[in-house]
Amino acid sequence: MNSCLKQLYNGIIKENPTFVLILGMCPTLAVTSSLFNGAGMGLSTMVVLVMSNLVISLLRKIIPNGVRVPAFIVIVASFVTILQFLLQAYLPALNDALGIYIPLIVVNCIILGRAESFASKNPVLPSIFDGLGMGLGFTLALSILGAFREIIGAGTVLGINIPGWDGITIFVMAPGAFFVLAALVATQNYIRLSAGKKPRKTCADGCSGCSGCDTSINNDKVKEEK
Amino acid sequence: MTALILTALGTALVNNVVLSQFLGLCPFLGVSKKTNTAAGMGAAVIFVIMISSTVTYGIYYKILVPLDLEYLQTIVFILVIAALVQLVEMILKKYIPPLYKALGVYLPLITTNCAVLGVAISNIDNGYNFATSLASAFGTAFGFLIAIVILAGIREKSEGNDIPKPFRGTPMTLIASGLMAIAFTGFTGLI
Repeated sequence: MNSCLKQLYNGIIKENPTFVLILGMCPTLAVTSSLFNGAGMGLSTMVVLVMSNLVISLLRKIIPNGVRVPAFIVIVASFVTILQFLLQAYLPALNDALGIYIPLIVVNCIILGRAESFASKNPVLPSIFDGLGMGLGFTLALSILGAFREIIGAGTVLGINIPGWDGITIFVMAPGAFFVLAALVATQNYIRLSAGKKPRKTCADGCSGCSGCDTSINNDKVKEEK
Repeated sequence: MTALILTALGTALVNNVVLSQFLGLCPFLGVSKKTNTAAGMGAAVIFVIMISSTVTYGIYYKILVPLDLEYLQTIVFILVIAALVQLVEMILKKYIPPLYKALGVYLPLITTNCAVLGVAISNIDNGYNFATSLASAFGTAFGFLIAIVILAGIREKSEGNDIPKPFRGTPMTLIASGLMAIAFTGFTGLI
């Protein structure tokens, strides 16, 4: 049980996918214009992550190594499709707000990254908790970013006005998303530099720096080509 | 014809795939250090998006719709795109080596580019016909090319600048992208 709690702590704090590993940037930037959207996207991703980790961990001895990535993609895509129908039926407001970003959960680096680096190598229970931890960490990060952009940009919290503050509109628009993420990465770099560590490599340092991404498999191919 | 050009312009400039829809951010940030590699990546994206939109359109309307299997859209599209990229890579390697040399390195990185899947899905969601789908696919891919080449230009110019340490690398690239996104909002009134 202790190791399961460790997985939760690892996902939420120590290796938080957004704040620490800086993974899955497309949804992070696209849907954090409000707290509701950010939390909704985080929870949707968490559901897919837990279910896909569970199934991949169960099948880890059956899936042949050579076709593991397509197999993972099929499993993840199936759960995304199920999730899409559930949202259409029970939470149409969230479904409309997130739109095309729901089917795009399939290509979220975090999900295939966890499948490749954790669920395909570990037993079922730790894999579920790994998915839960990573999912909660992602939800927490998207909620914080969503709340931050909603308060600064629109001057509201969950749609309720803050008296005496109109907001700086640019922060709920596309450019604001880039600025907020830039500030976040800079803060992380500042903390690491003060602690005497090197800044963490992220996407902008070349695709080979992208550790959790499914493209890491492709990276090997790219290296061979070179 | 005018409608098609407007669709292409709209997806390239007004709803730019990276700067306003945030699709394909990983290659946008990852392969934008030099202008010529950025242009290569952009060209490869145009190539793959055009082919994959054509194929996914055909599969959706000729196979999935007649069989009432529309709900398999996401699963089928991602698999088709992944397989297609591999296939294109092999064909280019064998038959058009110069093009393979120019695009080859970038092709494997495109498989999981969310812009490719994004265009395929949004063409279906918007109910576009075949010609409009192709126009929007080309516009999207061309918008990606414009954005990545401009960003690469900015990054080349600012390489030697004295930037505060925590802002070096990713944060500065993101701020440059944000400023470009502000500039691109100027296109809003275009159409």
